[in-house]
Amino acid sequence: MNRKVAIFLLLVLSPGCSHVAQVSDSRSVLLNGAGATFPYPIYSKWFDEYRKHNPNVQINYQSIGSGGGIRQLLAGTVDFGASDGPMSDEQLAQSKSKILHFPTVLGADVATYNLPGANQEINFSPQALAGIFLGKITKWNDAELTKANPGVNLPSNDIVVIHRSDGSGTTYIWTDYLSKVSPEWKTTVGQGASPKWPVGLGGKGNEGVSGLVKQTPYSLGYVELVYALQNKLAYGRVRNSSGAFVKADLAGTTAAAAGAAKNMPDDFRVSITNAPGNNSYPICSFTWLLIPSNIPDAAKRTTVKEFIKWMATEGQEFAEPLGYARIPHEVAEKEIQAISLIN
Amino acid sequence: MATIPIAPDSAGPALASRSLARRLVSGDQVAHLFTLIFAASVILITSLLFYELWINSALSRAKFGWAFFYTQNWDPIFEQFGARPFIYGTLVTSALALLIAVPFGLGAAIFLAELAPAKISDALTFVIELLAAVPSVIYGLLGIFLVVPFVREILGPALKKTFGFTPLFTGPVYGVSYLTAGLVLAIMVAPYIISVSREVLMAVPNDQREAALSLGSTRWEATWKVVVPYARTGILGSIFLALARALGETMAVTMVIGNVPKVDLSLLAPGYTIAAVIANEFSEAAGNLYFSALVELGLVLFLLTFILNGLARLLIYATTQRGAANP
Repeated sequence: MNRKVAIFLLLVLSPGCSHVAQVSDSRSVLLNGAGATFPYPIYSKWFDEYRKHNPNVQINYQSIGSGGGIRQLLAGTVDFGASDGPMSDEQLAQSKSKILHFPTVLGADVATYNLPGANQEINFSPQALAGIFLGKITKWNDAELTKANPGVNLPSNDIVVIHRSDGSGTTYIWTDYLSKVSPEWKTTVGQGASPKWPVGLGGKGNEGVSGLVKQTPYSLGYVELVYALQNKLAYGRVRNSSGAFVKADLAGTTAAAAGAAKNMPDDFRVSITNAPGNNSYPICSFTWLLIPSNIPDAAKRTTVKEFIKWMATEGQEFAEPLGYARIPHEVAEKEIQAISLIN
Repeated sequence: MATIPIAPDSAGPALASRSLARRLVSGDQVAHLFTLIFAASVILITSLLFYELWINSALSRAKFGWAFFYTQNWDPIFEQFGARPFIYGTLVTSALALLIAVPFGLGAAIFLAELAPAKISDALTFVIELLAAVPSVIYGLLGIFLVVPFVREILGPALKKTFGFTPLFTGPVYGVSYLTAGLVLAIMVAPYIISVSREVLMAVPNDQREAALSLGSTRWEATWKVVVPYARTGILGSIFLALARALGETMAVTMVIGNVPKVDLSLLAPGYTIAAVIANEFSEAAGNLYFSALVELGLVLFLLTFILNGLARLLIYATTQRGAANP
């Protein structure tokens, strides 16, 4: 129904828009986009800042969710989409023109917990996290946890698992990571924005998860790093692929992306969870803009190209103040080269 | 329009043509046309709603058929969809809400309409109508801050201790549960029952009360045996209004029910409802089949509301018939 409404609005609005563009001698450009909610704060900041430099360009962005963004892009009702997970081959095949992925910023997930009596940060091995979320590890004093936390007195209470109930990019990153470190997770649960959870309670949004964690003794959940930083939540260290226990921060997230950049495929559809590198934090991901490779309107095409270039260079300065990790230089350079694919 | 004087129709044949013109532009005709259009639009919107839900759920209906209603596997990644946990959760939470809110609401309405002094009644009624207008997310917050800890710390353990031998109160107590959702819904729908029932009770003609009292009934007997039965159609109406709100409530429920798509007999276990899962998962539903399955859930909720409202009509019809036959 959403789709129908959007198409109806487009039918009503689009003659008006193109008319304006022609009258003003194609000097004013309007781009419409829709998609992921996770990067919405930085995107709205970018579109705002970009308009300050280019007063003739207006970019509207609706944070309706990655799924909605992909659907609208495929239906041709928006100029660009945005998603926290790369589009699947199946989804790409549905599109009439080729769709390009451009990484914009990075996000990370952290494991937050409520462990009465624990005044030390808890270390989590990948096996511990996978086991807990699979329902195989049920007690805080399980061998897998005590092994990674020498000197910490872990209680014998049951672990209450808390996860997101709404479909979200945060969950996509979390399940992508668990799929990489646990073959069992990959085959029984898989990766996606809303999986079938083997155990646990669902909270709506980061605030729902952290609210449940705060209220429920002996619980463990996951939230976005940005959210944990802004709300000063306690979160644990996670062992990366080099064997070091790393506490999530923005630099560690960018380091993970740099570690993965060497094997970056040309279409940028890459998962960087469990990335190599001593400093890499293992549970993080790019978020992408989805741009059609064929944009018939010349003014729009030029604007899109210029915006991506600005986003990958100057725009990155806005990322860290808003709590996002910036993309590594290698990736930014590769993106600027990829702009030539839009025509 | 209103300024045109309406003459009696017996003006005679000489005025026939004038009266036709007058009829065409008269307020009656215009009002008839417009009100008809407004009334017809209700049917149009309902059919459009059904049509959209039907068309957009085609993929899911074709793939799962009737199994959609009774299987309980909801797995968006492997694209398996069954609605049973959501249907179960919706029915259980709504039933719990009514079970709690009906005696409570009816009692309050009787007090306000029959027993309380007018000043107190008016003041309380104002507060109750205010409660009915509070947005549901506020009730959700109330649920998180008050009802969830209450169930986890006090009510849940107490119920487990007393009734733990029944399957209804077993398992770990997280605080978020069917019971919590039922309690929050009860708080939300009670104002509807109180407010509407009070109006209906107050509309009962005074000679009914006087007749009962003159036959020697006490005040309570007059209220319970004469006034309440007289008003039962309206009271039932208020209960079904409350049911409709409980079935469709989304925000407050998703905040306190735990959002776990499993059927669990224990009322202390976390569950899920149809409205909550649609609100939670719709925005990130990327796959076509997934999207379609969520729309089909919407269709199920639509039909559920439809059936329950139909039953309500039947019940009201049955009670009024019985009332008429045996006054």
